[in-house]
Amino acid sequence: MAGTRQAVADADKDKMMRDAVTSTGVVHSGAPDEALARRMRRRGEESRFWWVVPTLYIIFLMLPIYWLINMSFKSNQEILGTFSLWPQNPTLRNYGVIFTDPSWYKGYINSIIYVVMNTVISIAVALPAAYAFSRYRFLGDKHLFFWLLTNRMAPPAVFALPFFQLYSAFGLIDTHIAVALAHCLFNVPLAVWILEGFMSGVPKEIDETAYIDGYSFPRFFVKIFVPLIASGIGVAAFFCFMFSWVELLIARTLTTTDAKPIAAIMTRTVSASGMDWGVLAAAGVLTIIPGALVIWFVRNYIAKGFALGRV
Amino acid sequence: MEKTWNNKAWFMVLPVLVLVAFSAVIPLMTVVNYSVQDTFGGNQFFWAGAEWFEEMLHSDRFWAAMGRNLIFSAIILAIQIPLGIFIALNMPRKGWGVPVCLVLMALPLLIPWNVVGTIWQVFGRIDIGLLGYTLHALGFDYNYVNDPFDAWVTVIVMDVWHWTSLVVLLCYAGLVSIPDAFYQAAKIDGASRWAVFRYIQLPKMQRVLLIAVLLRFMDSFMIYTEPFVVTGGGPGNSTTFLSIDLVKMAVGQFDLGPAAAMSIIYFLIVLLLSWVFYTVMTNYDVEK
Repeated sequence: MAGTRQAVADADKDKMMRDAVTSTGVVHSGAPDEALARRMRRRGEESRFWWVVPTLYIIFLMLPIYWLINMSFKSNQEILGTFSLWPQNPTLRNYGVIFTDPSWYKGYINSIIYVVMNTVISIAVALPAAYAFSRYRFLGDKHLFFWLLTNRMAPPAVFALPFFQLYSAFGLIDTHIAVALAHCLFNVPLAVWILEGFMSGVPKEIDETAYIDGYSFPRFFVKIFVPLIASGIGVAAFFCFMFSWVELLIARTLTTTDAKPIAAIMTRTVSASGMDWGVLAAAGVLTIIPGALVIWFVRNYIAKGFALGRV
Repeated sequence: MEKTWNNKAWFMVLPVLVLVAFSAVIPLMTVVNYSVQDTFGGNQFFWAGAEWFEEMLHSDRFWAAMGRNLIFSAIILAIQIPLGIFIALNMPRKGWGVPVCLVLMALPLLIPWNVVGTIWQVFGRIDIGLLGYTLHALGFDYNYVNDPFDAWVTVIVMDVWHWTSLVVLLCYAGLVSIPDAFYQAAKIDGASRWAVFRYIQLPKMQRVLLIAVLLRFMDSFMIYTEPFVVTGGGPGNSTTFLSIDLVKMAVGQFDLGPAAAMSIIYFLIVLLLSWVFYTVMTNYDVEK
């Protein structure tokens, strides 16, 4: 893609500029220039209080999450009876309920099953397509690429009812595969766009050299190309996983009992004795964990993933 | 990169095409089908033509939901974009602070949307929530269940909490791509902090900012889960946005015709926005 080429050219230019600056610095006066450079490097942190804004923002982000975690370790009496900033009598009962009651932990299993299915399907079909988009021009390619985007942007609300009827007609309601296929609506386009972004960063000369060396296309693709874009595949898989994991509307519409996701089960914590706040909080905390576990590995790619690989 | 013309590439795209056609085109055709027909139950359908579309376009309910949604999106953009830029400018560029900031700031983005709703539903409650309880203790008459204004504030603060990090991360990605040489040149010229922002940082962030604005607009325009969990569209209809209204109509009341007509109008708007997004992206790539 032109953008990537541009980025490469920019980087070259950047390097040249950086070299130019340092070389003139050496010629003139080394020490003051170095001091200036060091000062410049701290441009964002010019004052000693640079950390105030990020810290305040992070506190704002963490407070509601902390409150949920806090509640998940309290008993319902404590939640409703006393107002305390941390659990007075920490209890694991709420988590115990979830891990022992099949109607709760099955929700997690259901969610994980369809999310993994969806991720595998999305990546498997998106890989060859992304390669085609990044390497070839073909009839209608731009229209197709745009059409994929419109599906990523389509409101799930529009699709909820027709999905229900479509999958009813095939007898697939309340199966994991139905949700996995339905989530392909937005995850396949997402995977294609992200992978295309990564693949365009791999110079075409690598393909050509491999063909000259006598590699067949499938062998080249699996042995050389896939390892080269392994991080891209990881990022795309992560985002497919994430967007399928966070979606509720379609997953709820297509399931009744056997494949009901945890997100839908959470909406029915009202029992005879009123809301079971503690269990609700514990269930919420458990849904945050998959994201929190992998976030460290994808921290540099989050902006890229949300921007469909275009950053 | 130069691409070669090769129509055989179609075979590589075929699986995607089939899969997305199954999960997008067939359902969309069903919607189109319903939007031009009427049914009195059973399987009997009558041609209705553009009737439902006319009804929708003259319906106060549709325009009210549309209006609410547009106001919501405008407020969201007006808060999140400047706030996101401001926070990105103040983020550290080097050292241990970078990964810590990235990880902690990205966390809300990866929380399931209904849990985001649950978190804020609990957090804002005046009996058991930290926010609601504190506001009440301070003497504010805050109650998002009964008061439309408070409900709006809650939904907006929730969205700011949920999505501002995306703007921050995008802007940050734009900022770190600026080479040091630019800042050194600015320093030598004696540029003020504002001039550095206006003439170096802002132009370099232009592309990511466009992406941020478009993504935030699209996502806020089809927001469903979070406000649905917190307020259920209420009190009254005050936080019933387009998606919530559509689901109410289609699944709740089973008014297939009007719901389908509304879906088509909704989808066309999104199509237009996607086209803007796509044009912006490709034009940027060509220009540079």
